[in-house]
Amino acid sequence: MYKKTLWGAAACALLLASAAAQQPKTASQGIDEYRAMLQDGNPADLFEAKGEGLWKQKRGPKNATLEQCDLGKGPGVFKGVFVELPRYFPDTKRVQDLESRLLTCMSTLQGFDEAELAKTAFGRGEQNNLTALATWIAAESKGMKFNLSQSHAQEKVFYEVGKRLFFQRAGSHDFSCASCHGEEGKRIRLQDLPRLTQNPGDGVGFAAWPAYRVSNGQMWGMQQRLNDCYRQQRFPYPGFASDATIALGLYLGVNSKGAVSIAPAIKR
Amino acid sequence: MADPMRIRAQSSGGNAVVRVLMSHEMESGQRRDSAGKLVPAWHIMEVTASHNGKTVMTAEWGAAVAKNPFLQFTVKGAKAGDKITINWKDNKGDSRTDEATIS
Repeated sequence: MYKKTLWGAAACALLLASAAAQQPKTASQGIDEYRAMLQDGNPADLFEAKGEGLWKQKRGPKNATLEQCDLGKGPGVFKGVFVELPRYFPDTKRVQDLESRLLTCMSTLQGFDEAELAKTAFGRGEQNNLTALATWIAAESKGMKFNLSQSHAQEKVFYEVGKRLFFQRAGSHDFSCASCHGEEGKRIRLQDLPRLTQNPGDGVGFAAWPAYRVSNGQMWGMQQRLNDCYRQQRFPYPGFASDATIALGLYLGVNSKGAVSIAPAIKR
Repeated sequence: MADPMRIRAQSSGGNAVVRVLMSHEMESGQRRDSAGKLVPAWHIMEVTASHNGKTVMTAEWGAAVAKNPFLQFTVKGAKAGDKITINWKDNKGDSRTDEATIS
């Protein structure tokens, strides 16, 4: 009996060895292949088309379009704005990211209730439309390099705040963003995690969102990405378009200077 | 009202490769919501593809097709400039038709 198991174990070991010889592919290479297969026919295209339509459509209590929305390069300009956000806006006297700026435009131009929209759960009602708009705006800067401004004093403050938030340890797991994203070679299960304290490379980290997630069929903007990072850290949820999430985004964006945006990307 | 499809059609070697991305929930009818009640099935039943108005393919789909489905097929003898029309009907009676020109 003992001998039999030993032989079995030996055979198993041989089998494993030969399998390894035939397939020198690592698990992460396998995932990369899977991602490449998904690349053709990214459903983010659907959200992009929807967002473009919403931009030109008269909507909201004021029955207006968003075509006069100033995303940082003047009213109505949408090409190339994504790679320079978050930035300081003199009219609101705030540093804003793409989603919070769209929120401002939806309230000032179209008359939507800003507070109510911010409270709406991701993927519901007007939040869904906001994500579609963000997807389209981001797509209009696809292939461009991130170049966030650090000239305004508020932008420098937000960078420092974002950096502190990134390293702030708290919650039941004594976690911080840096626990996973502070050094090379970390992963969650099979997902390789980028090091976000520096430029992680083209189309990685900040340069990949908004993205379509195949596993749950949802389109996620940067706000939801950060929100879910906080969930995984067992933190309380940060408010939508809150200064904290914008500061964190700005920190990641400034670090990604020179990285090429591939948003809207497709994720497992 | 259903959201538009994304249709790309490219001619290659006397044929045309058509790639379609459809926007649909594709509820299988097997899932339960937070209250424990079955989420009713809601999925595409029939897909029709036509080339210059002539039907070249029909497909019967069911609950097993994933959300926001992607469909790719080849149309023999289709040339650049020809029209490809895709239509789907779902089990709630909703339908959508979109057209693309082969490039």
